[in-house]
Amino acid sequence: MNALEQLSQTFFDWGAMAAVLPELLAVGLRNTLILALSSGIIGTFLGMVLAIMGISRNRLLRWVARIYTDIFRGVPAVVIILLIGIGLSPIYRQATGSTSPFPMGILALSLMAAAYIGEIFRSGIQSVEKGQLEASRALGFSYRSSMQLVVVPQGVRRVLPALVNQFIALIKESSLIYFLGLLTSERELFRIGNDAASTTGNLSPLIASAALYLCLTIPLTHLVNYIDNRLRVGKREKPEPDELAAKIGEGAKA
Amino acid sequence: MKTLESGTLTGRDLHLSFGSNHVLRGIDLHVERGTTASVIGPSGSGKSTLLRVLNRLIEPDKGDILLDGRSVLKDNPDELRRRIGMVFQQFNLFPHKTVVDNVSLALRKLRKMPADEAREKALAQLDLVGLKHKADVRPGNLSGGQQQRVAIARALAMDPEVMFFDEATSALDPELVKGVLALMADLAAAGMTMVVVTHEMGFSRNVSDTVTFMDGGVVVESGPPAALFDNPQTPRLKSFLSDVL
Repeated sequence: MNALEQLSQTFFDWGAMAAVLPELLAVGLRNTLILALSSGIIGTFLGMVLAIMGISRNRLLRWVARIYTDIFRGVPAVVIILLIGIGLSPIYRQATGSTSPFPMGILALSLMAAAYIGEIFRSGIQSVEKGQLEASRALGFSYRSSMQLVVVPQGVRRVLPALVNQFIALIKESSLIYFLGLLTSERELFRIGNDAASTTGNLSPLIASAALYLCLTIPLTHLVNYIDNRLRVGKREKPEPDELAAKIGEGAKA
Repeated sequence: MKTLESGTLTGRDLHLSFGSNHVLRGIDLHVERGTTASVIGPSGSGKSTLLRVLNRLIEPDKGDILLDGRSVLKDNPDELRRRIGMVFQQFNLFPHKTVVDNVSLALRKLRKMPADEAREKALAQLDLVGLKHKADVRPGNLSGGQQQRVAIARALAMDPEVMFFDEATSALDPELVKGVLALMADLAAAGMTMVVVTHEMGFSRNVSDTVTFMDGGVVVESGPPAALFDNPQTPRLKSFLSDVL
């Protein structure tokens, strides 16, 4: 009983949670969303560029995409965040005068996400039947327009679940930018929970930030399942009365 | 369908190799405007490849392609293909677009037609193949025969001078073949210039003006259908016909 009380004290101290909650919501949630959304958008864009390069008929472009992908997928996230976030920040500071670690952190997250998203898009685009490109070319579309109008939209649709999974990963990985050193107003969900936990010696604030991560990621997980299901089953069409069956029915009545 | 002043198509001494595989070994084919040429032959004889070379989906290694007596090898291939409609064995409709959008896509993007005008034209084209009522569903909800008729409407919407059919009924359930063949016969009767690669010997015999029998990348025999089917000259055509008829 004593152990149980101790555990509930350590993890579920409602008072400690309530104390940190306003800051988690006002500062942490906002910063996590800024980091995840902006690197998600940039990463998706760069990922598409990488995918197009990866299936290009130009060998050099394919190579560049390959090497980029291998490097950024093969190195731990925290290493890339430190290398880019700290390594490039003096240049950034000189150029803009800003000391915020966010832009370089977002850059690091985006570059990493792009490597994964590029592979996701590439596999999707390559899964589209060859006949689609052929039919589009036969109509008179150029390679470029065929990709744009016919092949890429279908490829992207097929990998939407994998893409959303990548966004979920990005929400979680955004916590790593705490390695770059954050001002009070720059802290995101993890850092606020962690700071509160270390000052109070109680883990409940971290549980509160974990709960907020779940508020972001669980809906996305269900979105994945929904899209996945929708793609597999297809959009439900309104069932059409079968003309022939109706006629046969009449015959049976007569 | 409007009758066109053009559409005479000639392939001259066409050669194509994939590595050491010599797929076309000097093919000559002449299709007079307003006529239907069918191409028959065993699988792997190069028939489908020939169609793709004639509209330059695959560039020939050697030879010439003439439309109305003028070589088109120097033209922009995209512009050449706008003049030649093509229908595939697997339909290849765009599954992410509705039926009417499949038909109007090229009109909007290539002909730069305003959306409402393109839709009108696409609906008229769908009406011709009896599928106007399916305009706003996705191709996946149609039967194979319906999909193939939409594919024909999609090709026709560009007012092509020539139509290619690449085994257009081979992937269809037997009961759906007839509707597609009837539509193709209507087109031929209306004066469309057509090149039809087919395994349907009945269609080849009754609808086409000339028949070309290919085997091993060469034209073995060609001529009017009656001559080829009733009086084959070569042992290869004789044995092919005895296999398929």
